Amino acid sequence: MSIPFLLEIGTEEIPDWMIPPALENLRALFEDMLKAHSLSAETVETAATPRRLVLHAGGLPERQADTDELVFGPPQAAAFKDGAPTGAALGFARKMGVEVSALEVQQTPKGEYLAYRRKIAGRATRDILAGALPEVVLKIYFPKTMYWTGKGGPRFIRPIRWLVALLANQVVPFEIAGVKSADVTAGHRQIGAPRLQVSIEDYRSMLADNGVILSADVRREKIRSEVGAILAAKSLRLRPDDALLETLVYITEFPTPILGGFDPEFLNLPEEVLVTVMRHHQKYFSVEDEGGRLAPHFIAVMNTNTDRDGLVREGNERVLRARFNDARFFWTVDQRKPLAERVPDLAHVTFQAKLGSYLEKTRRMEKLARKLAKMAKIDAGPAVRAAELCKCDLVTEMVKELTELQGVMGGLYAREQGEPEEVWRAIYEHYKPVGMEDSIPSTVTGCLVSLADKIDTLTGCFRVGLIPSGSRDPFALRRAAQGVVKILVEGKLALPLSKLLGDDEQLREFMLDRIRYYFKEIRGFKYDEVNAALAAGYDDLTDVESRLEALREVRPTENFEPLAASFKRIKNILRQAGFTGGAEVSAEILEAGPEADLFAAFGRLRKRVEGFRKKKQYRQALEAIASLRPQVDLFFDKVLVNAPDPQVRLNRLTLLHKLLSEFSSIADFSEIVTAQ
Amino acid sequence: MNSFQEVISKLKNYWSERGCIIQEPYDLEVGAGTMSPETFLRVLGRKPYRVAYVQPSRRPADGRYGENPNRLYKHSQLQVILKPSPDDVIDLYLASLEAIGIDLRKHDIKFEEDNWESPTLGAWGIGWQVMLDGLEITQFTYFQQCGGIDLELVPAELTYGLERLTAFLQGVDSVYDIEWAPGFSYGDVRLADEVQFSVYNFEMADVPTLWKLFELHEAECRRLLEAFPDSADKARFPVLPAYDQVLKCSHLFNLLDSRGAISVTERVGVIGRVRKLALGVARCRLEQMEGAAPERTAAEVAQ
Repeated sequence: MSIPFLLEIGTEEIPDWMIPPALENLRALFEDMLKAHSLSAETVETAATPRRLVLHAGGLPERQADTDELVFGPPQAAAFKDGAPTGAALGFARKMGVEVSALEVQQTPKGEYLAYRRKIAGRATRDILAGALPEVVLKIYFPKTMYWTGKGGPRFIRPIRWLVALLANQVVPFEIAGVKSADVTAGHRQIGAPRLQVSIEDYRSMLADNGVILSADVRREKIRSEVGAILAAKSLRLRPDDALLETLVYITEFPTPILGGFDPEFLNLPEEVLVTVMRHHQKYFSVEDEGGRLAPHFIAVMNTNTDRDGLVREGNERVLRARFNDARFFWTVDQRKPLAERVPDLAHVTFQAKLGSYLEKTRRMEKLARKLAKMAKIDAGPAVRAAELCKCDLVTEMVKELTELQGVMGGLYAREQGEPEEVWRAIYEHYKPVGMEDSIPSTVTGCLVSLADKIDTLTGCFRVGLIPSGSRDPFALRRAAQGVVKILVEGKLALPLSKLLGDDEQLREFMLDRIRYYFKEIRGFKYDEVNAALAAGYDDLTDVESRLEALREVRPTENFEPLAASFKRIKNILRQAGFTGGAEVSAEILEAGPEADLFAAFGRLRKRVEGFRKKKQYRQALEAIASLRPQVDLFFDKVLVNAPDPQVRLNRLTLLHKLLSEFSSIADFSEIVTAQ
Repeated sequence: MNSFQEVISKLKNYWSERGCIIQEPYDLEVGAGTMSPETFLRVLGRKPYRVAYVQPSRRPADGRYGENPNRLYKHSQLQVILKPSPDDVIDLYLASLEAIGIDLRKHDIKFEEDNWESPTLGAWGIGWQVMLDGLEITQFTYFQQCGGIDLELVPAELTYGLERLTAFLQGVDSVYDIEWAPGFSYGDVRLADEVQFSVYNFEMADVPTLWKLFELHEAECRRLLEAFPDSADKARFPVLPAYDQVLKCSHLFNLLDSRGAISVTERVGVIGRVRKLALGVARCRLEQMEGAAPERTAAEVAQ
């Protein structure tokens, strides 16, 4: 008979963002545990609120299947004498508790042995779970755990306060940190009963009756639909924010959205400030009117069922008012000292202990911005000015309070203080792209300032040995490097990497990883295409992009892959021969036919290819190279490279080497993985 | 409506009824209730302890000349230490809110992840900020380490922000409008403080004097810490006075910082000097109470 199982780990409030991965981990640990005990469940489902991690399994067997085990006794030869069992056989049978007739003979590598097949009754699932669950629970991975019973006690994300473990409504008995498993759970802190006796069947409904919606999907839907209803009635629209929604789903057991408002006067403050305060500090959704303008309202999500008297709304409105008042105060105070006058103050802000203050960083960035502007052949003035001012918002009250607004605030202040748009916008956007999804700065000047910032961080950190390893990357250098790649490519800036980054070998390797990642994961090029294009150089990333695009276009054409296979063959032949080129092909010792034809075709093509390459017409160049396929095929078909005459051999190797090196400057064909 | 002093006395009563010693504020400048020896030194060792006290907390850099309605140079914390933390500590905490007149069924309470850490004290813990209708009213921490020492008994630390909490209860937008006692506002009692100390901390404190004081207190603390290992009678050795010197150094550091007198390169070093003293005092105190010095943690050895 198959039976259901319910586990609820009752805890104090678990950080919202840790819950979904913990549930996945719990499921895997549970399934592994079953497997290790030769058990399996038909279904395993998980659910959670901030105060409980729940696993529900269906279709568990009541016990393990019975098994048998072979126990070996004496060798057959010693077990019987003249057909009668010897003392050894009788002794073994006695030990097994059976007659000699119940024994069997087993063939082993060492000969025939007397053996007994002993039946082992499967253990009860309940006993197995009782023994194994403590480890399953305590093994759940959390990024940061704590002691609560004292030093040396168990560790978990937050204290475990109760445990429900029911197998077909019988308690599976075990204990963690002094908490014994039982059939008692807890309702919502404010609107539920503190002790609830439950069965597997009524568990969910008992929780629902006590202010706990167990399913994250249901909580999410409740928020969505109620927000929709509230806003529709007011002709307002939500500014969707999925990350915030997920936080709210996992920070509540019974989410209920309410609408609050604020004084429209505050709309005079920059929208960025208002939205950031609501989003990051208060976990409110922003709301807009039908014209898309920010409305003087917000949606807060409570963790309770009602705000009948409006106290929660009033409380939240008061908090927001205080925060907006702060923001207005900061906005006014910050204006009293223009950004330009704040540059010296950056001496008091540490960038990194070994790399000095932000003032030093600013000076380096100005230089870099000048150099970059020169390389990009644009007027350096705005870029240098933006570099000079872009970190000054770090010493404004607003950014000290709302760190998320760094850069944005600088841009807004610069605009207020009459900096030209090219400058303020570059400041505003200089942290972009913040992630791979984010766009690059919208102007060339902005791109250059962002590059200057990131390149300074990268080269500086690598110089003093702050190099990311594994998952440790405290200065977010991967993100910075990724940003550099994205800006260069998508900003169409043909700036040579070697001039930007210098000759640090480790940094070069690090960048190469990010370049590869970008073209593969973000742009969707095949890995072998990326390898082929990068093997032909990656100093200019816009050029890498053009070559990759050409490669992608030419790849499906008839001649391309077969030619790539031939190039690989050439590479192998050269490697085996240890041949690295150097000589010229002597036309006079070429054999008439395929060899001479290949050389002639190569000679004709080479000029054309070179012409296309110079004009960056990479598709045409690659097509031209691919057109060489019949000659190459014929060559390999009819001509023996390893000719007996060493001079002929050398000449043939030289021909192949020329072919390979001349035609690998766009992409190294031999990197292409072919079906052949 | 509860006045400021009523909120304080109700909370003190509540915790007194739950077995807490009611202490008075520590009589030196501290940045937070955690720095009072009633927390910093009491959480060490195996002896259970329960205490609650108001701690005026000075943060020179937070001063705003009395112009900002929510920011103070000196604010008051109600600090509760429950060592070890009881299983029902959250229920106890929530009931304390009921005790000051908050009907929890009519409000929204959330526990949001917020782990507390003080590098200067070598202390950290796991916990939450408790949000009441969107307002942070309490920092709730399960102490894990203090003075660089793993704690034997895990204490719960509850820190109520008294001005915020009272402003919430009284429905006022500025802390200065809080009614402290009938007929007296918070501003009546404290505004002059805020103005004058802001002027002193930001404009007039004499930097060379502050540095000199810092060095004197540091040297005095070090002298005591160095004498401790060889002292014949450790039980009466002045470890507690040594801790006073740490508090002095910490406050002087904060003052120097608000004067903008600590350069980027110096900063980490000065914090490290205070930290070293705090860690030293914690080790001596633990040895004094329990007879043996704790194992040094890996982090300490690495320093």
